[in-house]
Parts: sequence; structure tokens; C-alpha cells
Amino acid sequence: MAAEAVRPVGRMLAGSRTVSRRHALFGGLCLCCLATAGLSPRAYAESFTMEEAGPGIFIRKGLIADADAENLDAIANIGFIIGKSGVLVTESGGSLADGQWLRGEIAKRTDKPITHVVLTHVHPDHAFGAGAFVADKPVFVGHAKLREALDARGEFYRKRLADLFGEEKTGPVVYPTMSIADTGQIDLGDRTLTFTAHGPAHTTSDLSMRDSASGLLFPADLLFVERIPSLDGSLKGWLKELERVKASGATQAVPGHGPVRVDLAPAMADLTAYLIALRDGTKAAIAKDVSIDKAVDTVAQDQKDKWKLFEHYNRRNVTVAYQELEWD
Amino acid sequence: MRPTFALALGLTLSVGALSGPLAPVVHAAGASDTDQERAQRWQEIAKSIFGDRKIEPTDTLVKIEAPKRAEDAALVPITLSMPDRGTVKSVSLVIDDNPAPYAAKFEFGPAADTSELKLRVRVNNYTDMHAVVETNDGKLYEAKQFVKASGGCSAPMGMSDEEAMKGMGDMRMKFADAQAGKPVEATLMIRHPNFSGMQMNQVTREFTPARYIEKVTVSAGDEKVFTMTGDISIASNPVINFGFKPDGKPIQVAASDNQGGHWARSFNPPSPTN
Repeated sequence: MAAEAVRPVGRMLAGSRTVSRRHALFGGLCLCCLATAGLSPRAYAESFTMEEAGPGIFIRKGLIADADAENLDAIANIGFIIGKSGVLVTESGGSLADGQWLRGEIAKRTDKPITHVVLTHVHPDHAFGAGAFVADKPVFVGHAKLREALDARGEFYRKRLADLFGEEKTGPVVYPTMSIADTGQIDLGDRTLTFTAHGPAHTTSDLSMRDSASGLLFPADLLFVERIPSLDGSLKGWLKELERVKASGATQAVPGHGPVRVDLAPAMADLTAYLIALRDGTKAAIAKDVSIDKAVDTVAQDQKDKWKLFEHYNRRNVTVAYQELEWD
Repeated sequence: MRPTFALALGLTLSVGALSGPLAPVVHAAGASDTDQERAQRWQEIAKSIFGDRKIEPTDTLVKIEAPKRAEDAALVPITLSMPDRGTVKSVSLVIDDNPAPYAAKFEFGPAADTSELKLRVRVNNYTDMHAVVETNDGKLYEAKQFVKASGGCSAPMGMSDEEAMKGMGDMRMKFADAQAGKPVEATLMIRHPNFSGMQMNQVTREFTPARYIEKVTVSAGDEKVFTMTGDISIASNPVINFGFKPDGKPIQVAASDNQGGHWARSFNPPSPTN
């Protein structure tokens, strides 16, 4: 469905799609693989397109890959919404370079000021583009818990990205200037964005957003499509927050990863199926005294063919889930 | 490779002031080191721990099982297999390239079944791991395993220090089904952040001081199963799987940390079924 509603608008030079086991599993703070990731001489070979996911809503589909020296962490769905009074950036990008590219795409389409940049959660593929917008002096919108999450991890992520592609392309850690503890609204003149701060789920700082003009929901990484979800907050919490997302009444959404626009119900069903397989499989392993090193190879294997990068993240997800559930 | 090297060096320096019961050896290490460099480092570490005692390689007395590439550098599950029951007096686990390489030492008592011992560690860099067993006749034997992981010692906990310390000292023990006359497998879980001293406090932006489990003694009735001496390389909320010979009496656990924390609990093992 999404394909028909969407037209390609712009193009850019972007990262090659090489996926290697070496790449950092940034989504889940797994940095095990970084030590060998160095700069590669391979030049950018592929182009990104900006797709119009709704009226005045432009989204770039992130690569289904892990951050590396070539793709500059352009792996999340990022974009912007043009309102009457200004532009709201829905997700900033995975690096300063990725954010600068996005800023260029905005400039091609409107000369309205960039008034808001949303930081949907702490992960680097969503947060590090923010540096590209600092000069615009926008309101940086984030979850009330985002500041402490960035305090804990921002510098750590920054160093890891800089290891991959250098300080200049990485950019600074940018903090929210508008903090949302429960719900909040931003009025762009002809459309209103309504925010919800979620409890621990994908991370401990997940913020979702609903656009009044299109009815589209922006659940960010509370919704993974195509790419295996990465668990870095609370498994039980995520399942709980998905109920809130369902209750929003939205029928279509812009997920944090995957196609730029999807029907919400089937996408949520797939995600829920994975999380439940992870939860129940991990619980069963704990009940049977299967140790964590064995459980990572057995849990949720029936989900293997349903997700890209499964091999990169599932074991990591089991490791996180096991620690959460073993003290129940 | 170079940036990683620089980072590892920085972290190493930042924990230079650490001191633990297992004397830390501070040195710079890189993922790109040659086998020869690794071997030389191991010789230095071995000498600092075991002095001039000879250590022979073994394929049988101890084996290390570890993921070749860790999923989570802050929680790397390790299995030490020592199948010759009754011959092993102690086993030391050394993670060569960690800031404090001497991760843990287990000294076994008469109630121990050493065939399988599991623990979870932090791994800060691509590293060799060594397990050194001391047999009852006083000889040392070593086994080696290479592990790819990085950042495990400095990885933030993803929660506040207060939250991480919630329930500190709580313990649980799970027992596998017991069969008469056979050793029983048990899992000991201890709530403890095991702060490495390399994790940054989210509010003060200073490094949270190292606070880690220093000693755990497990006894079956009056007989010792093992005493573990630990350090910052043990993952938070330590979990240890071990075997013991049940004699129907409760299992006693005493744990203490380097800041004076002390906790004790008693667990009733299941009665054997015939």
C-alpha cells in the first residue's frame, strides 16, 4: 500500500549496503564487533531516496544494516514534516553527516524554518543527526528520561561512531530542550503533533508521535518492520507499551526501521509475535535451567526467517531478556 | 584498529588506581595484537600471579567454553569444564586484556563437583582467556580460549546507580533434579551491580567507584563447596552454576564486597529421588 502513496523525490549519495558480521550492533549497545571496523576505501555507491509518506511528510528509508564506516550510520528511517509555521524533523539521522544530508533534503523542498527536531530515543542511529540542526536553534523534543540516558551513553556512542568514521562525521551529543514526561503537543499552524512518552520498552526513552493532518503514527523504534527488533529496555514493558500504541487508533504508521509507511495492525502483529516468542522461549529456558549460553541458540528460532539481521540481534535479545526474566 | 587501541588505552589508564584482591596488571592491549604479543603478555600476567611456577598446557584437566564472539561484552557466559573429579584444587580465570585481568579464582572444598562451572564475565577487548587449574599435587595446568568482544567493562548499565543497587545482596539458588548418590547442579544468583569503576555515573558524570563482589563462599553443611575470589571482570548480578555433593544439609552462602557489604543465606537443596 505504501508504495502507491509514495513518490521518490530526491536522491543522494549514500552508503553501500554491505552487511558484515563485523559491524557494531549499535541498536542494542552491543559493541563487541567494533574493534575490527575501520575505514574502508570503498566509495559510496548507492543512492537514497526521500519518499513522501503523507501530505508534507518526507521519509528516507534507512539501510537494513549495522552502522559502518561507509554507511555513516544511515540505518534508521528519518525525515521531516512541513507545517504552516515551520518544519519538524521526525528523526535526525545516525550521524552528523546523515543529519546534514537530511537538512539538505529539507532545503530542497521548503524555505520554512526548522523549528523542531524530535529525538525519539537514545540510540545513535536516531540521535546523532541532531548536530546538523543546532545552528537552526530548533526545539529539540525528547522523552523526560532521554537526558539521563544520553548522560549514560551519549559519549560512549559518540566514541564508537568516531572510531568508525571519524569525529567530523559523527558530531556532538545533543540534548533535548523540551522534555516530555507523559504527553505533549506541538502546533505547526495547520497540523498538530501529539507526543507520548512511553515506559521502558525498546529503550528507556521511547517517544511516539501522531500527526493530526495525516493521522499517521510515528512510533519510532517501538515499531520495527523487516529488520529484527532490538531489545534494550524492557521486554515486558515493550509488550505493555504496544497495547498503548494499538489504543492510539492509528491505522498507518512510519516505523523506525523498514518501509517508510505501513499498515499498523499487521506490522504490530509481527512485532508482537517476535517479542512473545522471545519472552516465552526465554521463560521456558529459565524454568528448565537452560543456561544463558545455551538459551541464545535455541530461543525464538521459529522467527528466524521472518526478520532481516536475525543472526545479528536475536542472541543479543535473548541475553537481555534472560537477565530481565531470571529474577522474576 | 587504531581508534580502538587508543580507546582501550584510555580506559586502561582510567582504572590505573584500581586495586583488588587479585592484583590488577595494567597494560595496553589491542585487537590487532599478534599471537606472539598475546603470548608474551600472558607470560607477564602468569608470572605476576603464579610467580616462577611452571604451567603446563592441558586439553583434559580444564576446558574453557566461551562464545567466539560475545553478544554482550558486559555479559559473556563462560563454562569451565574440569571432568576429573577430585583432582582439581583450584581454578583461576584470567582475561588477559581486561584492565584487571585476574577475573576470578575458585578454591574447591570436599563437597565440590568440579565437572562444570559457569560464570558470566565482562570482556573489554579482543582477548585470550586463560584458565589455570592447580591440581591436588600442586601442579599448574592451563587452557586458553580467544574471545572477541569489546567495551564490556565500561559499558553503562542503562539505569541509575541507585536502581542498579536495588536489592543488593539478594540471593537465589536453583537446583537441578537430584538423584541419590549423584552430584547436584545448582545456580547461585546474587543481586549486585559489581560496578567496575569504569562506568560513568549519569548524574554526576563521574566514574562510579568500583564496588564488586570480592568473596563468595558456598558450603554444603559443614563442608566447603568453593570459595570464589572475584574482581571487576565479573558481570553485574553475578550468576554462578556449580556442582556439589549433597549430604542433606542446607547450602550456606556468604558473600562480601570490597566496600564492606556482607550477605549470607541458606538454601535447602531438594531431597534426592531414587
